[in-house]
Amino acid sequence: MQHVIDKKSLGPKVNALTQGVEACVHCGFCLPTCPTYDTLGAEIDSPRGRIFLMKEVLEGSVPMEEALDPIDNCLGCDACVTACPSGVEYDHLITAFRAKAEKERRKPLGRRILRSMILNTLPYPYKARLAFKMGKLAIPLSAILPKSLKPALGLLPRSLPAKDSIPEIYPAKGEKRGRVALLAGCVQQVLAPEINRASLEVLSANGIETFIPRDQACCGALALHTGVEKEARKTARQLIQSIPENMDALITNAAGCGSGINEYSILFAGEKEESEARTLAGKTKDISTYLNEIGLLSPPELPKPLRVVYHDACHLAHAQKERKAPRLLLNAISNLSLLEPPDWEICCGSAGIYNIEKPELAKQLGQTKAQNLLSTEPDVVALGNIGCMTQIEKHLESYESPPPVLHTVQILASAYNQDS
Amino acid sequence: MELLYALGKLYPSTRLFTRKSQLVAYESDGLTAFRAEPLAVVVPESQEEVIETVRLCYQSQTPFLARGSGTSLSGGSMPVEGGIVITLNRLNHILRMDPENRLAVVETGVVNLKVSQAAAPHGLYYAPDPSSQQICTIGGNLAFNSGGAHCLKYGMTANHVLGIKAVLADGEVVELGSESADTVGPDAAGFFCGNEGLFGVALEATLRLTPKPQRYCTVLAAYDSLEKAGHAVSVVVESGLLPGAMEIMDRLSMDAAEAAVKAGYPKDAQGLLITELEGEKEAVEEDFKQLLFLIEKTGAYETRIAKDEEERLMIWKGRKSAFSAVGQLSPDYLVQDGVVPRSRLGEALAKIKEYSKEAGIAVANVFHAGDGNLHPLIMFDGKKDGTLERAEALAGRILTMCVQMGGSITGEHGVGVEKKKYLPEMFSEIDIDCMKRVRRAIDPLEIANPGKLFPGGEAPALTTHGAHPLEKAGIISRE
Repeated sequence: MQHVIDKKSLGPKVNALTQGVEACVHCGFCLPTCPTYDTLGAEIDSPRGRIFLMKEVLEGSVPMEEALDPIDNCLGCDACVTACPSGVEYDHLITAFRAKAEKERRKPLGRRILRSMILNTLPYPYKARLAFKMGKLAIPLSAILPKSLKPALGLLPRSLPAKDSIPEIYPAKGEKRGRVALLAGCVQQVLAPEINRASLEVLSANGIETFIPRDQACCGALALHTGVEKEARKTARQLIQSIPENMDALITNAAGCGSGINEYSILFAGEKEESEARTLAGKTKDISTYLNEIGLLSPPELPKPLRVVYHDACHLAHAQKERKAPRLLLNAISNLSLLEPPDWEICCGSAGIYNIEKPELAKQLGQTKAQNLLSTEPDVVALGNIGCMTQIEKHLESYESPPPVLHTVQILASAYNQDS
Repeated sequence: MELLYALGKLYPSTRLFTRKSQLVAYESDGLTAFRAEPLAVVVPESQEEVIETVRLCYQSQTPFLARGSGTSLSGGSMPVEGGIVITLNRLNHILRMDPENRLAVVETGVVNLKVSQAAAPHGLYYAPDPSSQQICTIGGNLAFNSGGAHCLKYGMTANHVLGIKAVLADGEVVELGSESADTVGPDAAGFFCGNEGLFGVALEATLRLTPKPQRYCTVLAAYDSLEKAGHAVSVVVESGLLPGAMEIMDRLSMDAAEAAVKAGYPKDAQGLLITELEGEKEAVEEDFKQLLFLIEKTGAYETRIAKDEEERLMIWKGRKSAFSAVGQLSPDYLVQDGVVPRSRLGEALAKIKEYSKEAGIAVANVFHAGDGNLHPLIMFDGKKDGTLERAEALAGRILTMCVQMGGSITGEHGVGVEKKKYLPEMFSEIDIDCMKRVRRAIDPLEIANPGKLFPGGEAPALTTHGAHPLEKAGIISRE
């Protein structure tokens, strides 16, 4: 569509900020897949409505401050990107726009405290661990804490799993077929260390040696997706430096991280590390994509039938366009039947730290997702993202004997481990 | 401003939008070349709120229009400058599903496809299938008498609407039609269909449901020219076959659809004919044999058959995404929906090609071939001065050609703002005057979606793009 945005004023992010505006034909095909449009039912809370709004802000006819509500409402799930026939890169647009908004907005104290608490702890495993423990101490005090902090407390795990010290190099079993680096992740290490363990076991069973650099850091996705670029770049820089060039791939096992690294071209636009960041992004693959590419060695048959419903994490299905690989991997396990939930494309409401900042909307989406998954009568819920895992587990809790929620590699690992 | 005060009493602030930042999202529909800023947008949650809003507009003589998902391609749901937009998205309830009588009563904010989804467990569906059926609403379908690929066999929206409850422009609530397909007296519901929002707001519709065909057979035939594909349509229809749908795509629109959804269309075809047979198993099998014979006779160099439901849906997904997908090829486009007699399709396509060449503007073609309903997508880059005007001129030339060939300026998208200046090409002054009198009988103040359908009045495009250079020079005028 037409616009009169002054492109020169936008700096290195100009393409991300204008491609979506130019390519959008306003056809409305994004509307039925948008979780906020579906829930709130107003055009301004739809992808094309937000594109109009962002255009107006960039053109200077609407002040940034007035546009923030609908922009903040967006989960960044990217379902609209999958649905768009016209090729609008809404994902890049909203990421770049949020970075701009974050610089220009007024920041009330409550929001500043919450943001800083989240972004200074979650990306650092040691601090996250401590924070989860401290947070639990705060639960009895929740009546006297600011309202904006309560949803965060509600998401705290009841108990933390034991710390798992993974080695720096995890060897391949049998004939060596490749060598990769693993992004150990930040908050996932604390909440579900078994995902990394299972990843290493599955890679190893497939002849892949894994290097887990000790000096790696958070990929920055959490901060990037909320517009706090400076924080994001701080840890991302360290990650880039820690990954040796001679690796076949950098493996991610949290969809949010994979999609975050894919957006390094925006995060580092105009920075001196831009080309290194792009190279690393090009090498980064979700573990399901990688295993599928190298050809999964058939796992042994399960002793009894298992009904598995697969939940598409937005940042894998929409942002990384990977729906096939996890299904092919799970289908490779004999005696496992794969189930598909209704409305797969609609977000579960986790969306990074959305469930902390917009608890009401996140709750509605979480409840609907739980119902849709349960309607398939599964033994297990499979997925590929720690954020979805926490959110879905929370909303399954209220049902009687809810199915366990596992990462795809955990199911694979348990299939391989039957032998040993 | 009294009206805003009254609306403020009727709606909470979360459902009454008046700030520019809230209104921008409603500035245009599926046709972004035209825009207008309304005074306010309201989000009613009940029929009573809609009725009350219309009454307030009538009292204050303020223009209004209803809006569903805003997918109109003729600017039909574009706001009226300074008017009220009544969004019906929350009036999205299916009030009654009556499989025994094969009908459904729905609120008009219900999305087209949701009706079919709700009817599916009963082996029924709602037949009209506009390409935007996954999001367009029944209210808009009613207002524009929408068509779709399968209208060849089943007819347009008006053929599937039995009854309508509506609030007219003066606030009167009426119930038109009944639950029966045969009405005594004039077909009032049929009369309401296609009013383009000029009579008032439809609140509820009683829709006819159709049993799902036992069997589908979807055939792709690839031709080395678009004209040959067009000719094949005449041959098939002449033979007496009545497929559910017959669609044609040209190379450009196939390229666009491929980029969007990877539908797997033949790579080097210049014209692609999609024919869908549907009905009872035995009948479809017999028709299929005949169809293959005809396709071969008309010079198709490759024929493919959808081998399963997944492949069939992919073929349709590509076809139905084609308009929006043209966004991948061009920053802006105008889409027309003129109609020509089916027997002159080949001729019409050759002319469009010639006009496109003369104007130096690329045109993609994707259309409901079975009923001669063209959809030339005229591609331009609005950033370049004068290109919109040149594209509009080409669109006008194509529409004039349609009328001259004995067709119509619109098959299903409606006149809206976009084609109103071409209405006199089809109708005489007396005809148009008669239509205006009908309209004034229902909407004496002319507040329901004014500035649409009828020629004249300030064209909204002028407010954003300025007058056409030829208009400024006094050579042409919009009247």
